[in-house]
Amino acid sequence: MRSNPTPSSSRQDWTLVIGPRSGWFELHLADLWRYRDLLWMFVRRDFVAVYKQTILGPIWFFIQPLLTTLTFTIIFSGVAKMSTDGLPPMLFYLAGTTPWNYFATCLTKTSTTFKDNANLFGKVYFPRLITPLSIVVSTLIQFAIQFFTLVIALGWYLLQGADIHPNLSGILIGTPLLILMLGGLGLGCGVIISSLTTKYRDLAFLVTFGVQLAMYATPVVYPLAVAPTEHRFWLELNPIAGIIEAFRSLYLGAGTFSWGLLGYSAGFTTMTLLLGILIFNRVEKTFMDTV
Amino acid sequence: MSQSVIQVDKLSKLYRLGEVSTGTISHDLNRWWHRVRGRDDPYAMVGQVNDRSRKGESDYAWALQDINFKVAQGEALGIIGRNGAGKSTLLKILSRVTAPTSGSIKVKGRIASLLEVGTGFHPELTGRENIFLNGAILGMRRHEIRQKLDEIVDFSGCAAYLDTPVKRYSSGMTVRLAFAVAAFLDAEILVIDEVLAVGDGEFQKKCLGKMTDVADSGRTLLFVSHNMGLISSLCKRVILLEEGRLSLDAPASEGVMSYYTHGRSTPYKADFSNRQRPLSGHGATLLAGAVEDLSGVAVAEIDIRSGFQVRMRYRLETDTRTGPFPNFHVTDSAGNYVFVTAPLNTRLLTGSGVYDAVCHIPGYLLNDGTYFIGLALTFMEKGVKVAFFEKDALCVNIIDPIHATLDSDRNGYSGHVPGPIRPRLDWCVSQLS
Repeated sequence: MRSNPTPSSSRQDWTLVIGPRSGWFELHLADLWRYRDLLWMFVRRDFVAVYKQTILGPIWFFIQPLLTTLTFTIIFSGVAKMSTDGLPPMLFYLAGTTPWNYFATCLTKTSTTFKDNANLFGKVYFPRLITPLSIVVSTLIQFAIQFFTLVIALGWYLLQGADIHPNLSGILIGTPLLILMLGGLGLGCGVIISSLTTKYRDLAFLVTFGVQLAMYATPVVYPLAVAPTEHRFWLELNPIAGIIEAFRSLYLGAGTFSWGLLGYSAGFTTMTLLLGILIFNRVEKTFMDTV
Repeated sequence: MSQSVIQVDKLSKLYRLGEVSTGTISHDLNRWWHRVRGRDDPYAMVGQVNDRSRKGESDYAWALQDINFKVAQGEALGIIGRNGAGKSTLLKILSRVTAPTSGSIKVKGRIASLLEVGTGFHPELTGRENIFLNGAILGMRRHEIRQKLDEIVDFSGCAAYLDTPVKRYSSGMTVRLAFAVAAFLDAEILVIDEVLAVGDGEFQKKCLGKMTDVADSGRTLLFVSHNMGLISSLCKRVILLEEGRLSLDAPASEGVMSYYTHGRSTPYKADFSNRQRPLSGHGATLLAGAVEDLSGVAVAEIDIRSGFQVRMRYRLETDTRTGPFPNFHVTDSAGNYVFVTAPLNTRLLTGSGVYDAVCHIPGYLLNDGTYFIGLALTFMEKGVKVAFFEKDALCVNIIDPIHATLDSDRNGYSGHVPGPIRPRLDWCVSQLS
């Protein structure tokens, strides 16, 4: 009976066929949708874990950017006298670090997906992409707190009568799009790195270091406009540059808002994300054997 | 036979041996630099046997090779094999944790695997939150979990601690909770690996009951365990894996017996005299042992109706003050003791020489199944002195030819009669009115 499957059994409609490495484009996106509750549970877990472990947990998200901003204000504006586009330095740096931190945190955290979850991944199947996705979503909490800080600072400066011109309608439409791009880019880069680091774990050190360096290659502590023209092209190649500049110009009314740069960032994000998902999908099937 | 819900075709999994990465680039670079200078690999394990004879063969090892089997709907299939036989790899592929190298598994219905209970439990979260998290990891939707929450909590017996963080739970409680979540999964196929290792006896019984329910409710169960008793009570059929190959696909009792006797040529008959390290002590040596039918012929299978005898041959090297007594330890396939037996009046047999000890075990004492017989010799001289004790030295399969015994001995009952013994006792049933 084993050697001769009956005609009826060969015509059976199997719900799942487990085979060797599948093609590049079998992404099982339907699976991802079926497990959407898990995404929510992971986000909740991350939130509760941070919230419960220390009373200061969420407050750290608040203190950290404030301290960073303060440091930047003293060093770059106070000591180095770098331009802040005529804006109050505090506000300028806050508007730069808020989106940058979101991107950087997404990237750093997702870049260790496989390593951090090796134990879980080794025991049970679920679409692996859920994990980095949940990180991108739960990092929004951190972003929200920092964003709140920015809004308060902005409100305070506006009350003081500072010369700032937020673009309200632009903010409403632009903010979600910019966040989406930041998250997407962070996720894309993160999953690519996490896929590549399944074999070599010490590459992860490079990530933390690289992200720190990358901040200086991005107009976070200086406006894009001050860059010398011959270097400007290279700065604009950085896909985050356009996003941060756009963010700052929406909220503070100063800086370079360029559709061309944003379009380039959007295209770059989409490509990175696609490539990331493809590689991630490729690696997830067998990474348990190499980790 | 009902439809098959799992079909495994020519499944193979290849693992790479040898130069598996050390995990960091710096180590690999360092290793390469050492090799360039002709030094030894700095990360090779100290004390590792460098087996030259095998080195040339291949850098790859088959964890699974050409596995074929089918599982019918509602069937409880046991997967047994020694450590490293490929059981875990098979389960990992089944639960999609890793992919096979070639071949395929076709599955019909939702498959839920419990390779380890409490996967993804977060210590900071409460019991309730963890139920939801764990359920979601196992593929349950939120509303499904909410529907079953009461049953899950009830089954786990953790109701009082539901809103306490799991980090304050005892390990037993964590396992209870985790098993409860999994037990109420609505999957058509359940893959379970050794989860019953933890938990107290009462809870183990509960789990076993639940798993039997699962099997009875038409769901399919794949069960991996080293506990042969559990396997034989839960599964009707087992597959035995040996070094990555499927060596047997048989009814549970046959598979269990084969599992135990693997590596021993004649388990019902054993010669110990040529052992490199003889089984001896206190001047006594075990020479041989056998399970025999009543005419003295060594056999593997004994009809439950007829008696059989166990023979042990030993040698006393020197004269002793008090004669030793031989004793046989009979255990069932799960390793539980059934009885220990020893002859009376052997203390006078003190002289050196070769002895034969034969114990007659009547029919209808042991139930049908696989039993193991440990051979031992003991002196009672200033306390207990064990000369030798060869645990599970012999193996006997008691079979009940149901077609022959159905009407005469089993009152027409054709099912399994539980218990390690099945004695025929005197009964008195009288009609009172």
